Amino acid sequence: MSHDHDHDNELDPFAARVRALETILTQKGLIDPAAIDVIVDTYETKIGPRNGARVVAKAWSDPAYADWLRRDATAAIGSLSYTGRQGEHMQAVFDTEDTHNLVVCTLCSCYPWSVLGLPPVWYKAPPYRSRAVIDPRGVLEEFGLTLPAGRKIRVWDSTAELRYLVVPMRPKGTDGWSEEQLAGLVSRDAMIGTALAKEPA
Amino acid sequence: MNGPQDLGGQMGFGPVAPEKDEPYFHAEWEKRALGVTLTAGAMGAWNIDESRHARESLHPADYYASSYYQIWIKALEVLLKRHGFITERDLVAGKAVDAAATPKRVLKAADVPAVLAKGGPCDRPVATPARFRAGDRVRTKNFNPTGHTRLPRYARGKSGTIEAVRDGFVFPDSNAHGRGENPQWVYTVVFDGAEIWGEGADPTLVVSIDAWESYLEPA
Repeated sequence: MSHDHDHDNELDPFAARVRALETILTQKGLIDPAAIDVIVDTYETKIGPRNGARVVAKAWSDPAYADWLRRDATAAIGSLSYTGRQGEHMQAVFDTEDTHNLVVCTLCSCYPWSVLGLPPVWYKAPPYRSRAVIDPRGVLEEFGLTLPAGRKIRVWDSTAELRYLVVPMRPKGTDGWSEEQLAGLVSRDAMIGTALAKEPA
Repeated sequence: MNGPQDLGGQMGFGPVAPEKDEPYFHAEWEKRALGVTLTAGAMGAWNIDESRHARESLHPADYYASSYYQIWIKALEVLLKRHGFITERDLVAGKAVDAAATPKRVLKAADVPAVLAKGGPCDRPVATPARFRAGDRVRTKNFNPTGHTRLPRYARGKSGTIEAVRDGFVFPDSNAHGRGENPQWVYTVVFDGAEIWGEGADPTLVVSIDAWESYLEPA
C-alpha cells in the first residue's frame, strides 16, 4: 500500500477487507483504481455544502430565482451547474416564521449530494434516523437549537428519490450583502434543518 | 421488509452526536469504500434498489454494529457474489482466484466526472393519469412485505393528505428484485404527528413521506 500513511489503518481488519476487495476487483479488470481516486477527489474537494450555500444565497438575493427554486428546484439548481448523483430530483423547502423544516432519511441515508456533498456520520446513524420523525425538538436541542414553542416542525422523510434542500430564513441585518457574503452564513446543518442561518457577526 | 434499516420511531439509540468540523472521511479505507462501491455499481449489474435491499438484509445485529461505509462494503460483497463477480474463494485468498462474469461496462477515471454529473435519474413516464390530486385524503396501506419496500412501518395504515403530485418514478418494491421498473406516480403525503405517534405526540409536528401510488388508498 503506497499512499496510505495512516498506520493505525494498517492494523484495522476492516481496512484490510476493503483493500482486499479493491484488489480482487482490480485484478479481474472490473474496476479502475484511478477512477476511485477521481471519485474521492470529487467529493473531498469539488462537491460540498458550498454549492448549497450559493443556491440559498441566490434565493435570498433574487426573488425570481427563489420562485424558480420553489417551482422547479432541479432546474434552478442545475442552472448553477450543481447536478448529478443523488441530486437528480431536487425539492427546495423554505423555512418561515410559522414552520421549520427538517430533513431525514429514516430508511437509509438519502441526502442531496449535489448540493451538500457527502452526508455527515450522524445523518446516517440510528440516533438521528430514529428520532427525527418522532422527537424533532429533542433532536434539535442536541444541536443547540431551541425553536420558539409555537413554531410548527415539518419533517421530510426522504423515502423516495426526491432530495430535499432546506432554505433557511435570511438573517436580519444583512441588507445589501453580496451573495458571496450571504453564502458564508449558510451552514450544511442549516440546509438539513438542524441549524438556522448564522447571524451576521 | 421489516428490517433493521426501518428506524423511524425506534428508541434506545441514544443522543445524536454531531461532530464539530467533521471531515468527509474518518479513515483512508472509507475513501476506498466509497469508490469501490460506486465503481462496482457502475458495472451496471444491479440497481440502487437492489443495493439498498442488500444493505437492509444484513442481520440486524450486524447492521447496528456497523458504520455506514461498513454496511456498504458488507452489502457490496453480497451483490458481487450474487452477480458472479467474486467468490468466497477470492475473498478468503484476498486476491483474484476465480473467473468473473463480464460487466456491462468498466468505469474509467476519465469518465468519472461526466458519470457523476449525470447521476441516475429514475423518473419515468407513467401510462395512466395520476389517481390522486393535491388535497385528497388518503390512507396508507397496512402491509408487511418480506421484500424491499419504501413505505416505513411508522407510516403504514395512517391517514394523511396528498400535498403534491410528483413525477412517475421507478417502483423500488419490484425493481429491487429484478421484476422490472414498473414506474408509478409518487406523491408527497403529510400526516399530523398525532396520527402517527398518538398519545403524547408533539402537537406542532407534521411528517411527510414520498409514497408510490400503490402504497395509497382513498380515505
